Amino acid sequence: MSITSATASELLAKMNSGEISSEEITAACLDQISRRDGSINAFLSVQSEAALEKAREVDQKRKSGKPLGKLAGIPIALKDNLCVDGVNTTCASKMLEHFVPPYDAHIVEQLKAADAVLIGKTNMDEFAMGSSTENSAFKTTTNPWNTAYAAGGSSGGSAAAVSAGFAPLALGSDTGGSIRQPASFCGVVGLKPTYGRVSRYGLVAFASSLDQIGPFARDVTDAALILETIAGKDRRDTTSLDAAVPEFTSRLEQPLENLKVGYIEHLHEEGLHAEVKAATLQALDVYKSLGAELVPITLPHAKYCVATYYIIAPSEASSNLARYDGVHYGYRAPHFENMIDMYAASRGEAFGDEVKRRIMLGTYALSSGYYDAYYLKALKVRRLIRNDFEQAFQNVDIIATPVTPTPAFTIGELVDDPLAMYLADIFTTSANLSGIPGISIPAGMSKNSLPIGLQLLAPPLEEERLLRAARMFERETEWHLKRPV
Amino acid sequence: MDYTVIIGLEVHVQLQTRTKLFCGCSTKFNPDHPNTQTCPVCLGLPGALPVLNREAFHLGMKTGLAINCEIPSFTKWDRKQYYYPDLPKAYQISQYDLPMSQNGWLEIEIDPETREKKKVGIIRAHLEEDAGKNSHDESGRGQDSKVDLNRCGTPLIEIVSEPDLRSAQEARIYLEELKLLLTYIDVSDCNMQEGSLRCDANVNLHVHQANGETIPTPIVEIKNLNSFRGVEQAIEYEVQRQWKHWQETGLSLKDVPKETRGWDADRGVTLEQRGKEDAADYRYFPDPDLAPVTVTDAERERVSKEICERPADRRARFETTYQLSVYDAAVIIDQGLAVADYFETVAEGCGNGKQAANWVTQDVLRELKERELEIAAFPIQPKVLAALLQKVNMDKITTNSARTVFQELLNHAEGLPGVEQIQTIIENKGLALVSDTGELDSIVQAVVDKNEKAVADFQSGKQAAVGALIGQVMREIKGADPKVIRELLIAKMS
Repeated sequence: MSITSATASELLAKMNSGEISSEEITAACLDQISRRDGSINAFLSVQSEAALEKAREVDQKRKSGKPLGKLAGIPIALKDNLCVDGVNTTCASKMLEHFVPPYDAHIVEQLKAADAVLIGKTNMDEFAMGSSTENSAFKTTTNPWNTAYAAGGSSGGSAAAVSAGFAPLALGSDTGGSIRQPASFCGVVGLKPTYGRVSRYGLVAFASSLDQIGPFARDVTDAALILETIAGKDRRDTTSLDAAVPEFTSRLEQPLENLKVGYIEHLHEEGLHAEVKAATLQALDVYKSLGAELVPITLPHAKYCVATYYIIAPSEASSNLARYDGVHYGYRAPHFENMIDMYAASRGEAFGDEVKRRIMLGTYALSSGYYDAYYLKALKVRRLIRNDFEQAFQNVDIIATPVTPTPAFTIGELVDDPLAMYLADIFTTSANLSGIPGISIPAGMSKNSLPIGLQLLAPPLEEERLLRAARMFERETEWHLKRPV
Repeated sequence: MDYTVIIGLEVHVQLQTRTKLFCGCSTKFNPDHPNTQTCPVCLGLPGALPVLNREAFHLGMKTGLAINCEIPSFTKWDRKQYYYPDLPKAYQISQYDLPMSQNGWLEIEIDPETREKKKVGIIRAHLEEDAGKNSHDESGRGQDSKVDLNRCGTPLIEIVSEPDLRSAQEARIYLEELKLLLTYIDVSDCNMQEGSLRCDANVNLHVHQANGETIPTPIVEIKNLNSFRGVEQAIEYEVQRQWKHWQETGLSLKDVPKETRGWDADRGVTLEQRGKEDAADYRYFPDPDLAPVTVTDAERERVSKEICERPADRRARFETTYQLSVYDAAVIIDQGLAVADYFETVAEGCGNGKQAANWVTQDVLRELKERELEIAAFPIQPKVLAALLQKVNMDKITTNSARTVFQELLNHAEGLPGVEQIQTIIENKGLALVSDTGELDSIVQAVVDKNEKAVADFQSGKQAAVGALIGQVMREIKGADPKVIRELLIAKMS
């Protein structure tokens, strides 16, 4: 297997045996980026020099026998809404095009402490709002399997980077499916941890009660490896959970005994693509063949997920994005009449249509006279959705569902139909609304050679169970070994 | 036709924490070095998150309990959203529907003559972060406005009273009493010049009609009240303005929404600030970045115990325990906790409250003022002053001599004078009262012998003649008690 298609664990083993250096790995990734990113557009910025320098430093450290971090010498790409001290963090928005944070996100500190090599910042939908990376103010990321197709979003750049051999690992953020959906589209593993598992400090907020940082990787083992590096309580994020972080990789190979896999029987199947349905059923068969019990479950309020999500997320977003007003940092319009006009012009010129649409939605939902009917009602439904999962997990250990109703759509296909784009979030938003962890793993291939993912969900803080269940499937199948040509 | 004035106050008080409400930046008042006490959190940089300062919450609870509020067991944080350059997140973290304290009261004395008291209701007291400070070019040359975010994120407690106040004077008394209370319980320095205590007043009139009906006039919120005098003057002005406006237009509360006016202290007028058409919608909603706070009975109990005797209670106790006049008790209490403690040590030590009050309110306060000292830095410790006054009470020295000793103690060169210094000064200056020695007797005899004419005058009924003789004796022997000399002279001349 080549350097650019190997997993992080394989590369770590090779570095430890002296077969290869981090500098060689990093150079190979940079080379792959320079050859292919012109058509993929996964990166908004690549920190080549800093990455090579860090790689050499880690090689030196390894040679001299000094203790090394868990990800020593492994290149990792970061979604461009994760703050890195001194590195442009744009959120793919004109608003923050020149914004350079003076501090590291918590996860960046963790990665640096683990001796990872930060290779670049990846493209995304502006402020993580979207499902195709077409809402980036700078470029559209294409699907490495077929560049006519979307990479998904909003963490499309990170998913494509891992898929296209630009970096073995990447981080993204998932507010309504923004890790799992592009992972599914690009044929890689994508994990959204339990809300609060990973500190949000330094993640530019979209919807604070839903946002969660998580990994992209080429297999489940690598996903487990990053998660154990970045998870844990951080006193700077009071919503981060004070729960022990197991060493997820250590028990990963142990299959779960007497596993009960829940599946949704009465999912309203309109719009569910036949190939996606077939892949999901096949996956259930794999679990059955491993001795798992398949248990039908009902999530009575699942049909309200998208509506609930599209009230709560825009409401929080309208507030979180209010700070981009042209006063203190970020874009300021060159011409304006007065203070109010400066706000209006700066925001009007620097935000894209989707961001404006969601700010309008959220502002409306929080307005006096509408708050009870929209925001408060949505919070109540959110509680019901959470209860549904609590009920379901009384009877099953994990739940298996599709990630998206269809494989990747073509670029431009849904761009003028935001509602259709929103409705495609049907399977992913529930995990954010209920705070539970979810993973997307490669589980099939469409007739036109596009990956299809399988989503597994587990109760809060049960990432170990989730990863072990995912690994059980992965060991029996070869979907995760496929690479785009 | 007449009217009743209806006033409610919203008071913002900076809590004296070392660091800000949601980050570790200093809260020091530092206008000369703008934007030096900031970090990603209080600057509202992308990705930064707030973390509650527990000490601020603790001081908030102390404040709430001191104004007799309930402290609910569950409270949360809300975002109050509006655009202004001094508010970098474009929302203020505040508390909306579930404040951390509510339903309290503060008792004030509204008439010093009749001692009439009144309980002013407190609707709520909630925590929130302060904004920064904008400064605009006032030269008229259209220079850029500047923003200083040093203050941004400083913890504030907003105390909202019921509309229970009935005059500008009552409003001032309420504010003074509140300030005194907050400084006594040590939650704020309430420094109005530095903006640690700021006040908005909601004012309207209830106009009484001939038919017994009452019509409320539109409510006006007066902002920018940054002195006690300003509060009183602004309300007085506003009452007159509203009365005139009512007589001219007859518009009532129903006809006009709440209006915001600013107090212009220089011109002595209130000016319209925000019109009716753009009434703000703050779009409050629970802040998803901050967990709600729960408060246990044990915590409430513990914090209640930290609250010292309230100034009103202490004032009353001074009047009864030490027989102080209303005036003296008020003067001492108003000087703050340290002076009240000083007085009480002196009063206990010398055994005479009135005497202690005279000395503290006159001699001590005068010297503090002249020397521009805080009581903590006053050279005469309360125990020393108590010992000095005790000498007077035990007829060891006269009150006049005590004043001399007091001055000597103040001028003491090295370190703080101790109790033993008193005796040294008395001896050095010969101030000890001499009352029953043979020496006094023989001096009196000698003076009587020398002054035949005065003796004759006295014997013929001129009492005044004694005075001159007392003076002569006192010139001979310092520290003698004039009363004793008088008695001796009369005995010898009779």
